[in-house]
Amino acid sequence: MDKRLKRPSTRRLIQLYAALLYNAHLRGFAEGQIYTGSLKSVCVPGLNCYSCPGAAFSCPLGALQNAISASADRPAFYVVGVLLLFGLLLGRVICGFLCPFGLIQELLHKIPTKKVKKSPLTRRLSRVKYGVLLVFVIAIPAWYALKDLPLPGFCKFICPAGTLEGAAALLLHPANGALRAAVGGLFWWKVSLLALTLTACVFVYRAFCRFLCPLGALYGLLSKLALLGVKVDAARCTDCGLCVTLCPTDIRRVGDSECVHCGSCIPACPTQAISFRAGKIVLHGPDLPERGLRK
Amino acid sequence: MTRKIALWAALFAAAVLLIVLGVANGGARDAMAKAVRICMECIGIG
Repeated sequence: MDKRLKRPSTRRLIQLYAALLYNAHLRGFAEGQIYTGSLKSVCVPGLNCYSCPGAAFSCPLGALQNAISASADRPAFYVVGVLLLFGLLLGRVICGFLCPFGLIQELLHKIPTKKVKKSPLTRRLSRVKYGVLLVFVIAIPAWYALKDLPLPGFCKFICPAGTLEGAAALLLHPANGALRAAVGGLFWWKVSLLALTLTACVFVYRAFCRFLCPLGALYGLLSKLALLGVKVDAARCTDCGLCVTLCPTDIRRVGDSECVHCGSCIPACPTQAISFRAGKIVLHGPDLPERGLRK
Repeated sequence: MTRKIALWAALFAAAVLLIVLGVANGGARDAMAKAVRICMECIGIG
């Protein structure tokens, strides 16, 4: 069989289905209007701008920032509870399987160019996302909440998903001339940032995910507790380090806060110590059929 | 291991409680109210 036509992995299919589900309001693309139904009270686990015309659900980061902005009137119980639940059940499996922007980054990285490998520098850069979480997602909305001015800091100044999924889809539609007329400096800043991010992803595996994404940072904080994910059987592990060497992200060990649970390490482990598990139940491992959760 | 399970269970219960409280105090409605309007900040206009 031609290698270029090989069947997508289970993980890739799940990523595609998730992207389609999050953006199931296909009519929105045709009409240039966003969905306004009650499903938007439900947050999806991955990064997906709710101003995308196709978005049928809410973005968890946007919802969190807005909840923080309104926290003077009402504590942000709902969104915090939802994010905590996602983190406990799935952790950064969400990044590897259920994030449309993660999918876009991985597809861009398939463009054949020289790639920038991970290094001590990328390891240090992976900490930047915690700063983005603290400053743009929490501090800025909280600060402006004191002034009674809602300001989603990450959405406004950084989020490339909003620019790509929301701005591009809405502003390119012929019916939205009034929106196009309102475009100014902020828009061009965000477009520049988007272009930089997408370019970086061609050369650096999941550049946004690893270095800037505050949602990945948030889920990473719960990585040790997450029920689902790639885990190592300590009894079989010989600490050879092959999994860490082969991993395209900046992990120190499989399943830590940098792991996106892509499963690349599973077939590589010489002692078959790694598997994809839900608690103690092995969902995919070295003894199960070959085609599964790999890249 | 038992401590980890206990911690997970406690946080899970907290998450469920937060969601219930959040729905009761209008948090889900707020999330929807924001998401059904075009977010001008998100698309680089606001």
